[in-house]
Amino acid sequence: MTPDAIAASVPDGAVLGIGGWGSRRKPMALVRALCRAPARDLTVVSCGGPDLGLLCAYGKVRRAVAPFATLDSIPLEPWFRAAREDGRIALTEYDEGLFMFGLLAAAHRLPFLPTPAGLHSDVMRVNPGLRTVRSPYPSPGGTHDGDGGEPEELVAAPALRLDAAFVHLNRADRRGNGQYLGPDPYLDDLFAKAADRTYLSCERIVDRFEGAAQTLLVSRAAVAGVAETPGGAHFTSCEPDYGRDERFQRAYADAAKDPQAWERFRAAYIDAGEDAYRREALP
Amino acid sequence: MTARPVPADPPTRAEVAVAACADAWRGDGEVLAAAMAPCSVLGARLARATFSPDLLTTDGGALLTREPVPLATGGAPAAEPEAEGWLPFRDHLWLVLHGRRHVMLGASQMDGEGRTNISCIGGWERPTSQLLGVRGCPGNTVRNTVSYWVPRHSRRVFTSKVDMVSGVAAADAHELRRVVTDLAVMDFGGPGRTLRLVSVHPGCTVEQVRDATGFDLALPGGGEAAVAETRRPSAEELRLLREVLDPRGARDREVPG
Repeated sequence: MTPDAIAASVPDGAVLGIGGWGSRRKPMALVRALCRAPARDLTVVSCGGPDLGLLCAYGKVRRAVAPFATLDSIPLEPWFRAAREDGRIALTEYDEGLFMFGLLAAAHRLPFLPTPAGLHSDVMRVNPGLRTVRSPYPSPGGTHDGDGGEPEELVAAPALRLDAAFVHLNRADRRGNGQYLGPDPYLDDLFAKAADRTYLSCERIVDRFEGAAQTLLVSRAAVAGVAETPGGAHFTSCEPDYGRDERFQRAYADAAKDPQAWERFRAAYIDAGEDAYRREALP
Repeated sequence: MTARPVPADPPTRAEVAVAACADAWRGDGEVLAAAMAPCSVLGARLARATFSPDLLTTDGGALLTREPVPLATGGAPAAEPEAEGWLPFRDHLWLVLHGRRHVMLGASQMDGEGRTNISCIGGWERPTSQLLGVRGCPGNTVRNTVSYWVPRHSRRVFTSKVDMVSGVAAADAHELRRVVTDLAVMDFGGPGRTLRLVSVHPGCTVEQVRDATGFDLALPGGGEAAVAETRRPSAEELRLLREVLDPRGARDREVPG
């Protein structure tokens, strides 16, 4: 599939998970295509980086579900900031572990998973829908004769079921099996398993995989479509194919500060399409 | 070109702070020493290189390294360090719940009871300044030993009320151990587990720390006279910092002067 065909399949109001972490291995070609597509009122579930930021800049986001948004080497994501400070998006703000357990629950088709992450913090205050559960078992760490301690009260991390997920990996085959070659899988396989339809972009489509079987992160059984997008994570990192393009990321963050600069940035790099992006933006 | 300090030079404020960060992990044994900012990361690696050799430390990414490695500079990528283990983000989140981890977090705001905020400033519904989000702070503070590193001690950070509780109060936490700033070292030994001044860095005064704190800071039992001076790093610690772990001087950029 092409990135534009994938983006066109995302309906208004969809709950969309986006793989990667901060400004690392984000499916940016798919995100750029989604910026150009008609979909709106999205709920974006992400360990947020410029994916969430760009979609905020294009007014695509009704709600973000995220534990953070950052560009890593630049601490704060400028468009997520602006959207929050202008009151343009709703936010479900979770602890990172609570967020991962929500994806794990959805991946396993469980209604929730228990975790202490969030207790006593304002995550409980700003998410009044979060419920706690009491363990049916004595807590571990009780006395040596096996009595156990008082049963724990835990947060029930609700399943983060996704209508669709976007994930970018280093290699894929035409059937939609995906391979990561970098140091960290992030939560990409969980996004794929938590989603009804996962769309995979990759640096290169291959006929056969090289390397250890443990690097085959995403199975075709979870994938609805695959796109070959060289530089498809740019300007975020995609180790070992390329590192983060710090200069371009700085240009993105600087452009966000000035409306005219932003008009030029978006016209040159996003509105003009992915072929133009590859010519103009990739080093 | 400015001359790099040699070990004979007296310690800078940053180097005192790094040694104070390192001391947070003293006696911790075989746990992950996790940190995010230059001085706290250097503290973890310095502790491992000297008095806490069993600590586990990372390359700043997914690798547990066989030796404490120099701070990444953001310039040309260094050669990949030798790994003794693999800790991708998902396993950090596993380790947070497992508990064998002592993390030194940052804080944009901290109140006298140890609640911290890195999420946003102002009302949460529509903040005047959106920051990072809570990240892993809630889970970290209820399950791990947590210390804090604050590179600029000020009333903006140490405030009577935080806007969004990301890290929980000392009374609700697993263990809040110590808070290191560019001026002082504190712990939670005050009345009702409140913040208490332990030592001031060489050249700093108790009055200066109290002026830069937006609530009443508890003092040790003996009062102001019982506030110690933060120890100076040893010659070997200075050599490790200056020649091995941070030859480019990232610590002095985080804490100038």
